[in-house]
Amino acid sequence: MSPIVLKLVSQRIALGLMLLLAASALIFAGTQILPGDVAQSILGQSATPEALENLRRDLGLNEPALTRYFNWLSDALRGDLGTALTNGKDIADSMSGRLQNTLFLAASAAAVSVPLAIFLGLLAVQFRNRWPDKLISAVTLATISVPEFILGYVIMYVVAVKLRWLPSVSILRPGMDFGDKLEAIAMPVIVLTFVVLAHMMRMTRAAILNVMESAYIETAELKGLSAFQTIFRHAMPNAISPIVNVVMLNMAYLVVGVVVVEVVFVYPGMGQYLVDHVAKRDVPVVQASGLVFASVYIVLNTLADIIAILANPRLRHPK
Amino acid sequence: MSEYLLKVKDLKIGAHVMPPNEKPFDIEIVHGVSFDLEKGKVLGLIGESGAGKSTIGLSALAYGRGSVSITGGEVHVNGRDILTGDKTLLRSLRGHEVTYVSQSAAASFNPSKKILEQVIESCIRHKLCSDSEAKSRAIALFDQLGLPDPATFGDRYPHQVSGGQLQRAMTAMALCPKPDLVIFDEPTTALDVTTQIDVLAAIKRAIHQTGVAALYITHDLAVVAQVSDHIMVLQQGKTVEYGTVDQIINTPKEAYTQALVAVRSIEHEEKQPTATPVLLVEGISARYPRVKSDVLSDVSVELHPGQTLAVVGESGSGKSTLARVITGLLPPRSGKVIFDGRELSSALAERSGEDLRELQMIYQMADTAMNPRQTIANIIGRPLELYFGLKGAEKDKRINELLEEIEMGQEFRNRYPAELSGGQKQRVCIARALAAKPKLIICDEVTSALDPLVADGILKLLLDLQKIEGVSYLFITHDLATVRAIADSIAVMHQGKVVRYGSKSKVLAPPFDDYTDLLLSSVPEMKIGWLENVIAHRKMESAGN
Amino acid sequence: MMRIPTSALIGLILTSAFFLMALFAPWLAPYGVGEVVGDVWEPASWEFLFGTDGIGRDLLSRMIYGGRTTIFVASAATILSFTLGTTLALSAVVIGGWTDMLLSRFIDLIMSIPTLIFALVVLSVVPVTLPVLILVMGLLDTTRVYRLARAVAADVNVMDYVEAARLRGEGTRWIVFREILPNVLSPLVAELGMRFIFMVLFVSTLSFLGLGIQPPDADWGGIVKDNKEGLVYGVPAALLPAVAIASLAISVNLVADWVLSRTTSLKGGR
Repeated sequence: MSPIVLKLVSQRIALGLMLLLAASALIFAGTQILPGDVAQSILGQSATPEALENLRRDLGLNEPALTRYFNWLSDALRGDLGTALTNGKDIADSMSGRLQNTLFLAASAAAVSVPLAIFLGLLAVQFRNRWPDKLISAVTLATISVPEFILGYVIMYVVAVKLRWLPSVSILRPGMDFGDKLEAIAMPVIVLTFVVLAHMMRMTRAAILNVMESAYIETAELKGLSAFQTIFRHAMPNAISPIVNVVMLNMAYLVVGVVVVEVVFVYPGMGQYLVDHVAKRDVPVVQASGLVFASVYIVLNTLADIIAILANPRLRHPK
Repeated sequence: MSEYLLKVKDLKIGAHVMPPNEKPFDIEIVHGVSFDLEKGKVLGLIGESGAGKSTIGLSALAYGRGSVSITGGEVHVNGRDILTGDKTLLRSLRGHEVTYVSQSAAASFNPSKKILEQVIESCIRHKLCSDSEAKSRAIALFDQLGLPDPATFGDRYPHQVSGGQLQRAMTAMALCPKPDLVIFDEPTTALDVTTQIDVLAAIKRAIHQTGVAALYITHDLAVVAQVSDHIMVLQQGKTVEYGTVDQIINTPKEAYTQALVAVRSIEHEEKQPTATPVLLVEGISARYPRVKSDVLSDVSVELHPGQTLAVVGESGSGKSTLARVITGLLPPRSGKVIFDGRELSSALAERSGEDLRELQMIYQMADTAMNPRQTIANIIGRPLELYFGLKGAEKDKRINELLEEIEMGQEFRNRYPAELSGGQKQRVCIARALAAKPKLIICDEVTSALDPLVADGILKLLLDLQKIEGVSYLFITHDLATVRAIADSIAVMHQGKVVRYGSKSKVLAPPFDDYTDLLLSSVPEMKIGWLENVIAHRKMESAGN
Repeated sequence: MMRIPTSALIGLILTSAFFLMALFAPWLAPYGVGEVVGDVWEPASWEFLFGTDGIGRDLLSRMIYGGRTTIFVASAATILSFTLGTTLALSAVVIGGWTDMLLSRFIDLIMSIPTLIFALVVLSVVPVTLPVLILVMGLLDTTRVYRLARAVAADVNVMDYVEAARLRGEGTRWIVFREILPNVLSPLVAELGMRFIFMVLFVSTLSFLGLGIQPPDADWGGIVKDNKEGLVYGVPAALLPAVAIASLAISVNLVADWVLSRTTSLKGGR
């Protein structure tokens, strides 16, 4: 690795870490913008002032916000995410299984959608401005015009209710074998695939077209190379990095899409955990899950940028 | 077998235009062009933008760029009709029998592959020779084309070498498969004049030594005269005139060709300096923020009322930076600008309205110098409003006068810039500058984006206006022919310094300093054999040293 | 001179129809928004054109009132994000220097957290009312408007004609309103459509999660939430909002596309 690339990559990693820190501060600050506090939410409006005061002291709420933020952050860094207000359980414990489920769901969706999106993107480029391209872009336009949850119910209505091919909820039980698990998550995977497919396919199409319109592709054609040789030897090396970048950005997008889709299919993952506790106003859980989601999102975005740096020939081979 | 290598008969080329929100339609851009080319000969295709010369050149590869396609006629290469659509034929033709050198080698090389790999690719893919033989051919070509360290040059990536070197590498790429015909599409247009001459000489030598035939496409008649045997003059997709180089240059028959040959022959009597200069630039040094070296160092020049000072230099010489310092866009580190007897504040924000009015600027790209959302009347009328408070009928009258001065009619008042041609746009920019009744106009490469004939028109207009209005010009350009046409005094800039300065007659007369000599001798002249003379002269000099 | 293509015309008509429906909801809806008028999940009939919902309210009336709420909240949030985002972006570009850098970095920071997640975090502590919802949605989306407006304005700001105006001695107001704004407006108007659609999707999602419009008020996301159990019994009531949202989104898209292509045609050659 050349010194410039090393420098840029380490700069980007440092920026990612700074963003993580700042994001944690924002999430913490986001829960502090109202005078009402956690003690009030636990005990409700009818609580006596004494009870409130006692609980505040127990929870350390009388400390300045900045102190509480640093306590929270240093605990979080050590893996201690605090305890839930609603059931008193350790948040990290409740989360670990759900995080696994969510990652399983997201990874399965990625495994289906990434190859499909790239294939459709290539297809759209190959048949540019002809009917397959127009059909693909019309379908993708339709899917981004509908919110994820409605798409979920439409697919559920057709596949589970009318056709009765799959169950309408996705329940994971301990001891299920891999095949059963896959069947259980089939429907959320389909929905998530639709959710990211449109963006990923459009961006892939744009990335490939951008490369295909370069003068060096014309040079290759004028050298008498076959279409396959042109694409394989000249387009691919330059298109891979934008495509990987597109994939990474959409994985980040997928992580957010998961939240809603889990609620639709009552899937026991992080998304549902977060939404449930927002409704119950369980601030520590919301903070902790918000931090986990933001971290995954930032890490994926940082990875996308690093790949773009690594793949840039001008940076890889400096003057 | 035909005796001709390339035979083009009644070639018609069309384009499919798809304007937004309107029905797509087809237009014809080349209307039946015919010519032949013998083995080992060079034909120059010349014309202004829109003449269809590149499109015709690419037809020898049976290739249409984007929505362009060949709609009629025949193209024969080595006796075979190549427009039949036979894919195997095309594959054996392209990159083997016919190769291509584009204007922008920087964009035409794949950024993620080494130069050598790309240069030998045609040989390998067409199975013309072994890998090691292809490499030694490429290295021999690098040497022939005068590239540094021929043995290792190809191990570099395209962005690691200079533009002139890359253009030569692309020539090597075209010659490597030992083709019968090479299409050179404006191969030196994007280069500085001192680089152009080297690349031109290298291309000419390579053509000569390999005995390859070539189509040489350019807008510069002086350039094509150096490398061609025959010349075909094109205008708007039609052949205007075809003949030997000697005939086209010395006895052109058609009026259009005569105009092209006569271009840049404007004569302008040099004026004598007056007592007080209108602009005095004293010891200016300047650098851009976060750059650690000076772009301008200790620049001093002066300009007299009603005269023109030409600032000449290649890209990176600092000539445009000088304009930014004078206008106040870039405050200098040291030195001062004295305008009409008073010292100007270094920063734009501190200058008075009168300072701003009397010092106007015209830009290279008229396209981006006018707000696309304003009509011509608004564009010209704004300085009248701002500086003189003109309104209503009075303003309209003045706008009409200005339009007349730039030789455009009142019907242009309500048009938008996008509806004008390149030359018309630049005229409107001149009118906008004149509207302020300035003492000095800075002209930054105002003719370099225009076709030669249009540029000539603009230069004539500027000279006429100078006579009428008595305005002074600070004329920034890289083109020495323009300088000869318009300047009273000249400052030659090189790497941020003024290397030669004085009246036109003095600067353009020997003895020269090294850089000015190089610069002046590099400007192509419309004479056959000019290139050989210069190269021979330079060789003698370097042998003498 | 103004030739409107068919697709844009359809888009314009449908979009105005939706907005008129929102404006005149009380006159158009046959029943009240919370009125229980029939049996649970009655099928479509002359009395109830779309049938009834899970507690016997008229679905057509719910859809009309729901559209009113959804469109109102989305419009208000879009106007907020647009005014704020464009003003901040244009100031950042014209003032430049530190102001520009600090603002842009701060926006980058907010955008490093997914919008939905950030909204959920904030909505976990504040009471969910209409003004709060509009404020949270509008402020979060300001970041995206800012990014686009800043990019477009920065492109225009380096044009020679803006420099020419500075050299002419024009004031900041002239430069912003006469030179820059007219040239950034069209892409921004097209983006306005996209932002509006995003806001419709956003508020529907929040309501579906139970964190948006609160009952008994109706909105399209809420109608899905109220009727999702019916799906299992084969009652497609929950899918009605899908049709509404999709047709609104597509018609706004058609208009936005047209606005954008008009801009590019103006920029292009002769």
